[in-house]
Amino acid sequence: MHPAIQGILTIVIGVGACVAYFYFSNQFLDKVLFPAKGKHAGRNINRANMIRPWLFLFPALFALSVYLAYPVLETLRLSLTDRRLDGAFVGLDNYRQMVTEPKFWEAMRNNMLWLFVVPAMSTAFGLLVAQLTDRIKWGNIAKSLIFMPMAISFVGAAVIWKLVYDARPPGTEQIGVLNALYVWFSGNDPQQWLTVPFWNNFFLMVVLIWIQTGFAMVILSAALRGIPEDTIEAAIIDGANPFQIFFKIKVPQIKSTIMVVWTTITLVVLKVFDIVFAMTNGQWETQVLANYMYDKLFRSFDWGVGSASAIVIMLLVTPILVWNVRNVRREMR
Amino acid sequence: MDNIAGSKSSLTWAVHISVVALVALWLFPTVGLFVSSFRTADQISGSGWWKALFPSEQTLTLRTADPDSQVQQGALYVIEGNLFDDEAANGSKSEISAFGISSRELSAFAVGETAPLRDGSRITVQVNGDYRLESETEITGSRGARVFVDARTPPKFTMDNYRQVLFSGSATDNMAKAFINTLTVTIPATIIPIVVAAFAAYALAWMDFPGRALLVAFVVGLLVVPLQLALIPLLKLHLGIGIGKGYLGVWLAHTGFGLPLAIYLLRNYMVSLPRDIIENARVDGATDFQIFTKIILPLSFPALASFAIFQFLWTWNDLLVAKVFLIDATGQTTVMTNQIIELLGTRGGNWEILATAAFVSIAVPLAVFFAMQKYLVRGLLAGSVK
Repeated sequence: MHPAIQGILTIVIGVGACVAYFYFSNQFLDKVLFPAKGKHAGRNINRANMIRPWLFLFPALFALSVYLAYPVLETLRLSLTDRRLDGAFVGLDNYRQMVTEPKFWEAMRNNMLWLFVVPAMSTAFGLLVAQLTDRIKWGNIAKSLIFMPMAISFVGAAVIWKLVYDARPPGTEQIGVLNALYVWFSGNDPQQWLTVPFWNNFFLMVVLIWIQTGFAMVILSAALRGIPEDTIEAAIIDGANPFQIFFKIKVPQIKSTIMVVWTTITLVVLKVFDIVFAMTNGQWETQVLANYMYDKLFRSFDWGVGSASAIVIMLLVTPILVWNVRNVRREMR
Repeated sequence: MDNIAGSKSSLTWAVHISVVALVALWLFPTVGLFVSSFRTADQISGSGWWKALFPSEQTLTLRTADPDSQVQQGALYVIEGNLFDDEAANGSKSEISAFGISSRELSAFAVGETAPLRDGSRITVQVNGDYRLESETEITGSRGARVFVDARTPPKFTMDNYRQVLFSGSATDNMAKAFINTLTVTIPATIIPIVVAAFAAYALAWMDFPGRALLVAFVVGLLVVPLQLALIPLLKLHLGIGIGKGYLGVWLAHTGFGLPLAIYLLRNYMVSLPRDIIENARVDGATDFQIFTKIILPLSFPALASFAIFQFLWTWNDLLVAKVFLIDATGQTTVMTNQIIELLGTRGGNWEILATAAFVSIAVPLAVFFAMQKYLVRGLLAGSVK
């Protein structure tokens, strides 16, 4: 069978089954189980309405429980067992083994660096662009061009930036922009940027900053628009210059939005894996936790330590989780 | 704002210039890849892509015609012709600035000079590639003499890379199959979570049942669970219940991972719909199923569209989920992101192939992005800012 036809068939079956569930389960409830006619019509309608929320919710709850809630618990359990000892309980052995590995500490150190640099830079650039494009006529075009990297996959972005960082032997023409500029200005030999320990982390971070700035910009520019104009007018009348208006009037008013943007990008950073995987694969001291975990799981097949590092990632996210849930509880009241 | 006294400052120009600079900075890398995908391998390695519009200096290795074509002119044996004859791809407009006959001295002779070859013959090369090889004795050997030239080649763009990547059918470069696989993953993995999340969001927004607030908190809590956490337990589960690695598994995984955000966004939107409409419909005897499909779904179109774009971009661009739940040893179900990773490994230096493959994979998301940007922005704002 041609792969395209096979693809279409699988798509039709997959989507069809999902739609069919909702349609037929509700039909069954209304027509067969509790029909809204006959002598028990009133009672039946009430009963049907008691069951229906769960009919609506069932697939979602089922998927959430199986695909997100269960894995958290199962990973926690796996991190306390040893795969080689037939899954016997070994307490904190995996964690102990993990903290003795230099690679783990390298991943931790790099992750902390990522967690600090990427959200800070993306938010700062996003705020800068949002403010600069706020009042110019072609601002919307500029914004969508800066927003565009959001649509590009991490892998695509990795290829794009590998071309930027490309290095050719000294003396030949450089086809990577960075080396072309570097050789032009400094006259030194071209560098293999991704293999320079410590600094190469920043070259990887640039890729994520490039992607995330658009996201920060969109949200912050909406927040900037939402600032009441009279506060700004008052400042102008009082003779404030544009920089004072921006830092003393605008930024304090959108503080909470800045926090939201910062946390969202932090989550992206913690989960990100593709960029490191595609560009250096953790070599030359660029390992991060997510990639370290992937290494343990699918290259060394060490589920114990792999799960332990996954739990470390989970612990790092927990403050944000608690904060989110508390916000929602407050709002529901 | 423009008319407020004092707002039109001398900074206006600085603002315009800085925005231009920022946009250029953000666009530059992508444009580089795009331009590179239309250049030949020689051009890419010969000059930076930003010089693509100008003639490039290259050192080429060319050959004269075979000794079979020699003619006798008086006492001399002569071969005449044009060095670029065999190289139709290089065009006849290339200009030679220097040539050489040994690989140690690539540009030892200026055009028009006569260079002595090792076997006693002499060669003269002209700017346009015309050459004259003459010898007192008969020229022997099976192939023509090797000539190295420094040539200025005019800019040239080609679709060959796309042909190679999409239609060549070779196992390593075959993006066409990966493209179809990616679509097969993406379409159901976009539609299924939307359908499931829309029903759940409606229930959480408008239906009354015990434990509703707790369920909302449950969903919000799951928003932050890193999906790496789910890989091992779920892979074991999939293998255990016999789904194994395949489309069903990857759809389910994307559905599970996409649901928290979908439910959260859609519930926020549905709660903001006017209460009257729903209550009126209830009074008229509509069941919740009818209210949902006839009233809420059409009204929720903007929110549905924005989530659909998110989920589409996310599943199209995904590497990790596909790597764990879909791609098996046969490689039949590989997706484009994975194909590119493999190309990075096997053809890391072949920028024409890499650039083209990457561009094939980002073309669809870019098209969707520019066409539906309005909804994407609206969705972002609905989800993040209250």
